[in-house]
Amino acid sequence: MTAVPLDPPRRLVEFELDGEPTRVPDGSTILDACRSAGKDIPTLCQGETLEPKNACRVCVVEVEGARTLAPACSRKAEPGMTVRTDTERARHSRKLVLELLASATDLSTTPRASEWIKEYGAKPDRFGAEAATMNEPPKIDNDLYVRDYDKCILCYKCVDACGEQWQNSFAISMAGRGFDARISTEHDAPLTDSACVYCGNCIEVCPTGALSFKSEFDMREAGTWDEERQTQTTTVCAYCGVGCNLTLHVQDNEIVKVSSPLDNPVTHGNLCIKGRFGYQHVGGGNPAGA
Amino acid sequence: MRQRDRGKPTKEYPRLTHPLVRDEKGGPLRRATWEEALEKATEGFRRIKAEHGPDAFGMFSCARATNEMNYVAQKFTRVIMGTHNVDSCNRTCHAPSVAGLSAAFGSGGGTSSYEEVESTDLIVMWGSNARFAHPIFFQHVLRGIRNGAKMYAVDPRRTSTAEWAESWLGLNVGTDIPLAHAIGREIIHSGLANHTFIERATTGFEEYKAEVEPWTLSAAEKVTGVPADAIRDLAHAYATAERAQLCWTLGITEHHNGTDNVRALINLSLLTGHVGRYGAGLQPLRGQNNVQGGGDMGAIPDRLPGFQNVLDPETRAKFEAAWETTLEPRHGRNLTMMFEAMETGELKAVYCIGENPAQSEADTGQAVERMQKLEHLVVQDIFLTRTAELADVVLPATAAWCETDGTTTNSERRVQRVRKAVNPPGEAREDIDIICDIAARLGHEWKFADSEAVWDELRSVSPQHYGMTYDRLAEHQGIQWPCPSTDKLEPTYMHGRLWETDPAKRGTPAPFGIVKHDPPVDLTDEDYPLRLTTGRRLDSYNTGVQSGSYASPLRRGEYVELCPEDAELYGVEVNEEVQVTSRRGSVVAPVWIDRALRPGLAFMTMHFPDEVDTNQLTIESNCPIAGTAEFKASAIRIEKLPVEAAVRS
Ligand code: SF4
Ligand code: SF4
Ligand code: FES
Repeated sequence: MTAVPLDPPRRLVEFELDGEPTRVPDGSTILDACRSAGKDIPTLCQGETLEPKNACRVCVVEVEGARTLAPACSRKAEPGMTVRTDTERARHSRKLVLELLASATDLSTTPRASEWIKEYGAKPDRFGAEAATMNEPPKIDNDLYVRDYDKCILCYKCVDACGEQWQNSFAISMAGRGFDARISTEHDAPLTDSACVYCGNCIEVCPTGALSFKSEFDMREAGTWDEERQTQTTTVCAYCGVGCNLTLHVQDNEIVKVSSPLDNPVTHGNLCIKGRFGYQHVGGGNPAGA
Repeated sequence: MRQRDRGKPTKEYPRLTHPLVRDEKGGPLRRATWEEALEKATEGFRRIKAEHGPDAFGMFSCARATNEMNYVAQKFTRVIMGTHNVDSCNRTCHAPSVAGLSAAFGSGGGTSSYEEVESTDLIVMWGSNARFAHPIFFQHVLRGIRNGAKMYAVDPRRTSTAEWAESWLGLNVGTDIPLAHAIGREIIHSGLANHTFIERATTGFEEYKAEVEPWTLSAAEKVTGVPADAIRDLAHAYATAERAQLCWTLGITEHHNGTDNVRALINLSLLTGHVGRYGAGLQPLRGQNNVQGGGDMGAIPDRLPGFQNVLDPETRAKFEAAWETTLEPRHGRNLTMMFEAMETGELKAVYCIGENPAQSEADTGQAVERMQKLEHLVVQDIFLTRTAELADVVLPATAAWCETDGTTTNSERRVQRVRKAVNPPGEAREDIDIICDIAARLGHEWKFADSEAVWDELRSVSPQHYGMTYDRLAEHQGIQWPCPSTDKLEPTYMHGRLWETDPAKRGTPAPFGIVKHDPPVDLTDEDYPLRLTTGRRLDSYNTGVQSGSYASPLRRGEYVELCPEDAELYGVEVNEEVQVTSRRGSVVAPVWIDRALRPGLAFMTMHFPDEVDTNQLTIESNCPIAGTAEFKASAIRIEKLPVEAAVRS
């Protein structure tokens, strides 16, 4: 017996997407279908490596015959369904979501946020300056990463990455409810007194930059962070035999942050403290000790 | 009591930015030009070879460098220096896994893949705190557990890996063979052995059966300290699981009989047929990023690239033709033997690339003394390590993983691309460049345009790497060996052949390893009542040269860790500095209390040798087969400070 599990050939699902007949493998979401058809649907709480949470609803689309709009990121494509991504209703709903988020939170480091705000004609100011829910300084309690909850949209991705979907350290969770809801360590303790092991897998999934490398945070403060000037090179971690793939983000010959490809068979986008932060021994001097 | 700065980097090792030479033995190292340094390095190798013959030379190749660098380093050793004296520090951790696996299956790699751990039914983590030592591998284990697999942890310490286990078997240090044998015996006696597989694919079962017969559950309980019920439970779970993975790390290999330990574990997979199928296999987890690759590339004294046997005439003929050279039909010296040969004066010149044996060898004091006897020591590294401080010539190299191109091979045999992302500091040069420059000075103009050219040469001599072009490696995010074909991928697991019904396809059967219990050499007694075992912490790495340079909030420096009962017994408390003494040396370290330990068991790491040189305590007692030292079992005592000198001389 040599049991090689062969994935059964996946059935194709046929449905209509914005008037075009579309075929996707069984189990795909509407978002998957949109992406392979080259349609740009905004997403925030959706994560390649995480189970859908339906928290932000910025990705909604209209499914014919359904009373409510459907989140494209979690709704599976079904045979014969008719989906429209660009109806007035869907666009209006996305606009509202963006207005609410942008008025309550600081989206300045959320990739593409300003582009979407423009595209949907969202006007966050109409809720006034008091709409910001947090208004507190960034939490800097260790040398590796910073938590700036003014930027948090409560998407829950970091909690899932730290919890049972990947890291299983359970250092952070949702505390409080409604307007008081926030992401926090147990008893809001500093990270250094929490169960955190500094894998940085929460930074990897955070869509807004609420969680960021200290190196990135400091460079942004100093006004030197410049993604245009950065290169990304994928190599292999040198710290143990697991062989995690590291994508080194380099600016001016300095490694400024480390990520990992989400579709990598070894890491699925996750790293440990050594792979994520242990790069400081390269470079001429000894930056960390300076 | 010493206050520690939490999170601050430990000793700073600045990067080497220019070559250094020493004008006379005992004199200082001074800055030199590349030309001067390379000429001096070359001249020494040339002279030693002319005066004392090829075997007076030894190469320490690097388990952290790329496959390409290891290939070139072993080729330099064999073709230019004319000896098989090449080895790397995998000797100090995983050589027993390679030796054990290749004795059983003819190939030294782990048999299955990380993804298989996610879809197996039972996972045994034996002597492996993967939660700390291999965190991302452990994520695959956690996925497996979430998917319904049961996990068993076998470890003297109740580690953070054990917290996830169905059951923790806390055995006494150095009693892995009795435990494995008792599991084997229980499987046989309960009629759970897979006789179809045993008859078809193995040899030596009868002998094995006789060997394990004395190890009844109660006999094993006495020696291992593990309750008979827990042993029985694991035996039954392992034998009845549809698919099972057996994973191990240094807890198994770093013993004076490490290879025997590995064989004892492999026996269990042969007994139950948990090998050669998807989801069922054996996974040794490698400590360093390219321990696997270094051996695969032939940077070991008994194998040519592609793990091909030096003693096989046809293989030698193939390499002799490809390299236009002649190869001695015998094994070279491994790292341990090279150190012994320094003592006797037979080994006079060493080219040490990226290794730090002055701090990583067991019994470091002796290692340093021996290296000081060398006539010519060339060290090529990115830091001025303790070893580099002993050298006649120091050559600044690049950090393989981010300043060069190439490949490394991980614990699941996956060859992956390493890419240059930053420029090296100062005048540092790539390892391969430097070796080729010295080669040219010795009359061999090797023309490797880039790392891919080296890799393609390797592919042409190693069938199991032949199918892995750089393009394919990029396309598939790494490919696992064996990969003989450029248009096909092999299954993720190895040795499926053992299940073939046709004997011709089945090939050589896997022999049971007939191994015996042999307790740790360093016995505990009245004077040295505590068993010291060593391991890793989550945020640190080996001798700390790399990991010491970032500010980890988890780092708290070196401690001697004791269980609460022992701390009370010796009247010591957390942070109190005590003297730790073994039969070889003593160090002073603060105390930490860890409930994961049991009475009689102490724990230290070797991450902070500049603060506490733990390897002063460990024993240079080597596995005769693989030459690995017994880092895991020393006998020590601890004493309150100040120690009264009169008590003992
Ligand atoms: S910190 Fe980031 S990942 Fe976590 S909930 Fe907030 S926005 Fe999402
Ligand atoms: S990121 Fe962590 S687990 Fe992965 S290779 Fe590096 S040290 Fe090992
Ligand atoms: S991205 Fe779909 S609900 Fe947030």
